[in-house]
Amino acid sequence: MKEIEPPAKDPPWLMRTYSGYASAAESNRLYRANLAKGQTGLSIAFDLPTQTGYDSDHILARGEVGKLGVPMRTREDMEALFDQIPVERMNTSMTINAPTAWVLALYLSLARQQGADLSQLRGTTQNDILKEYLSRGTYIFPPKASIRLAGEVIRYAFHHLPKWNPINICSYHLQESGAEPVQEVAFTLANAVCVLDAVRAAGDIPAQDFPQVVGRMAFFLNAGIRFIEEMCKVRVFSRMWDRICRERYGVSDPGLRRFRYGVQVNSLGLTERQPENNIARIIYEFLGVVLSKSARARSVQLPAWNEALGLPRKWDQQWSLRIQQILAHETDLLEYEDIFEGSAVIGRKEKLLEDAAQAELERILEMGGAVEALENGYLKRCLVESNARRIREIETGRRVVVGVNRFEEGEPSPLTAGLDASFLTVDDAVENEQIAILRAFRSRRDAGRVAGALDHLHRTLSSGGELMAASIACAEAGVTTGEWSDALRSVYGEYRAPTGVGGVAASDGAGEDMRAVIQRVRQVSDRLGRNLKLLIGKPGLDGHSNGAEQIAVKARDAGMEVVYEGIRLTPEQIAESALQEGVHVVGLSILSGSHLKLVPEVIRGLEERGLKTLPVVLGGIIPESDLTKMPQASIKRVFAPRDYHLNRIMHEIVDVVAAANGIDLSAVTP
Amino acid sequence: MNLRSAGIELDGILNAQKTAIAGALNLLENRRPAEEGLAAELIEALTRHARPDRHVIGITGPPGAGKSTLISRLVREYRSAGRRVGVLTVDPSSPRSGGALLGDRARIDYDPGDPGLFIRSMAAGPHLGGLAWRTRHCLSLFEAAYDRILIETTGVGQSETEIEKVADTVVYVVQPGSGDSLQFMKAGIMEIPHVLVVNKADRKNLALKSYHELQALAGVGRRRQDGWTPELMLVSALEGWGQEALVAALERHLSLFSTGHLENLRRAHRVQWVYLLFAERFGSHGVERLGGEHRILERLAQADVTNPFRALQDLAGDIVGT
Repeated sequence: MKEIEPPAKDPPWLMRTYSGYASAAESNRLYRANLAKGQTGLSIAFDLPTQTGYDSDHILARGEVGKLGVPMRTREDMEALFDQIPVERMNTSMTINAPTAWVLALYLSLARQQGADLSQLRGTTQNDILKEYLSRGTYIFPPKASIRLAGEVIRYAFHHLPKWNPINICSYHLQESGAEPVQEVAFTLANAVCVLDAVRAAGDIPAQDFPQVVGRMAFFLNAGIRFIEEMCKVRVFSRMWDRICRERYGVSDPGLRRFRYGVQVNSLGLTERQPENNIARIIYEFLGVVLSKSARARSVQLPAWNEALGLPRKWDQQWSLRIQQILAHETDLLEYEDIFEGSAVIGRKEKLLEDAAQAELERILEMGGAVEALENGYLKRCLVESNARRIREIETGRRVVVGVNRFEEGEPSPLTAGLDASFLTVDDAVENEQIAILRAFRSRRDAGRVAGALDHLHRTLSSGGELMAASIACAEAGVTTGEWSDALRSVYGEYRAPTGVGGVAASDGAGEDMRAVIQRVRQVSDRLGRNLKLLIGKPGLDGHSNGAEQIAVKARDAGMEVVYEGIRLTPEQIAESALQEGVHVVGLSILSGSHLKLVPEVIRGLEERGLKTLPVVLGGIIPESDLTKMPQASIKRVFAPRDYHLNRIMHEIVDVVAAANGIDLSAVTP
Repeated sequence: MNLRSAGIELDGILNAQKTAIAGALNLLENRRPAEEGLAAELIEALTRHARPDRHVIGITGPPGAGKSTLISRLVREYRSAGRRVGVLTVDPSSPRSGGALLGDRARIDYDPGDPGLFIRSMAAGPHLGGLAWRTRHCLSLFEAAYDRILIETTGVGQSETEIEKVADTVVYVVQPGSGDSLQFMKAGIMEIPHVLVVNKADRKNLALKSYHELQALAGVGRRRQDGWTPELMLVSALEGWGQEALVAALERHLSLFSTGHLENLRRAHRVQWVYLLFAERFGSHGVERLGGEHRILERLAQADVTNPFRALQDLAGDIVGT
């Protein structure tokens, strides 16, 4: 019997897993293993010092080296990362933003060394700075300088790397910070317009070639659990982008107006409790970005089911890859045209989203554009408000999270048994090894050549010459990430982004429990003689500030006076603020896993300032076993992301302050 | 209890030791009646030790004008000239919960290891007028410890009248294109400040437009009774230019004061303070008993207010006497 011809299928999307850790050599082994399993592209994670432009031996890098990605300091690191991997045949995605020009320069110097044809290189540099100020936190320079830098990469790619995506405008992180679909669309498109306007204004790309630049714009989206709405969101994105390309930039070729996007599905909604449920969440979220052919993602990376618990293992990543492969190769999804074509229901939903997103986009453009709306705090304030709304909905049960605020009872999971021990952990020795590798490199290189290259970079920066060419020369001469970034810092300065918490409106529906909190804050304040004053500190390079922001807003609504100075503070800065502000309690938020180094340093700073008895509370992912390794006398409470009941956290802060000051509130316990 | 046994070190304060300053601020902000005597004792000591060449500068203007960023620049200028700097920033409190987000500190770029700089954030509480209840108390501490004292008001606009009654020099900061804040000045609701700054002047065209609008204001560039001609200038605190000119204008204003004139101004400020202390303690009822605000101010104008708490006691004695 003759076999039936299999039906024609669309080619699947690119399947990636976001990875990289410890060291270039270690990550290289991981990449080669993933490529052997059928993964079709690389997605590189860099550690926080690299992303914020510091060498591994900088004071701010302490505790962060190799933690969340690979440390990338020199051309030798890049060589080690791609050992036996030919870059010309790779599609490489790099999550790098503030120092994009530099990391790309390292990659290009490697490509030259491998003898690759630069015009054939494929891949993506994220290079999206605005969302760093809003949610991710790895910015370095002020917004206008950063937009200029992003433009340099785009212009270089236009001239030399025709197949490269020089920028990947992200809505991903906006959603992780609480953006609702309308905000995600409007903020992201405003961001893209801002970048393109700046490139056009630079004026060195002929007008007739500008559509090519527009056509290289790519996007990186998030997909949440409300997957029908998410699918509509993506379709709205496509339509609005098409209109912007036509009307604002006069792009007539439809191919250059295509909304090209990759996806990582939502991590924010993954739960620590009953983590096996996350597999279901990941699959539904994934459907939102592949079901509709006309708005299908070009590449997808799925988080691991246990991401909320720690750094996933190879097996966990493999499971996420298999989900994609099954949908692409076993199901019939790819055999159809767009299955939603002609659906009136979908059409109506899209219209609602599109009208609202268009209005919001116009509001931002009227303000003067994305940079203006960033600098005046508007964008950040909107995100903090939306996120506060989301958390309140979970708290009140209006938003159901299975296994967390509904159907909480469950059988013990055999998957999580012994998980703690089997997590991929980065050995603390890694930091010292990496510092040793870096120092050995520095002593080996030709110091004269390095100085010459840096000098040339300086002159290029002040004369407005070719930054990419000067950076590639630096890479080849042996300049390090920290040196390159310092050169730019000295010209552009550094920036602190608005925290967004200042202008957030007080929460509505305060509720009975909120009134009880306010009451207790007043009582303890009366006894103290001053309003309960709380310092919220984020030490280290970790830029994930959602938790800190939500606590700040809630504490204000509970009647506390809150000092919050934003991200990336040294332990000394936090201790000094605690002293100068005369606070009653310090809250530290750390999500990067570097608490073992940073928390004791803050507490030592407090002691040096005569604040030995000042209570400290911690927020973050802090394993029980680590607590014994920190100064336990000062640490009064530890809150994890699973503690979503913010009112309860407020009550506990009141308890902590009362206890530290010998105040008995027992008569008024709620 | 006396100051020493309460852990308040006058010598430490006068030397701007940060732990001493912090402890004293905690006492001065304390609202428990039990602490009032100590606070009065401390303020009495502090007023005797006010630094003779201090300068109290009020920074006011609408939200978003970049007051904190401007302060950042001023701090750097003053510190590099070797001056000790104290900064008091005031943020509004939520009327519903009484809570406050004290966000100015985040926008001030400073070195935590700098021994000659101290920044304290205060919540305005229910107090209107742009300052906090205890700003004056804390100011008296800073006047004994710092050469240059910067006070940033809440920035809620029209009601920011109190800073004139506290600072030697008032700087009003606007951002380009914020026309409505100027209406108050045009309408004469607000007095023309000593120095008007158009910040964010990196937005060149908009900034120039605001600059010209302000130039047209009646009082700008015209010599006032006290001999000062209000100045108008462009600054970009973000890019870091124009702040030297601002510092120069501030120094000019300070040096213009003949000693007697500055003393009179500060005396008038203390009169206000005593009146507010009185009103706080005895309420409108008490004010009525002494013949109303105007009468009390007149009386205080003749009284010795060197030590505000002593003057308060004298007034209070009259209430008890009546």
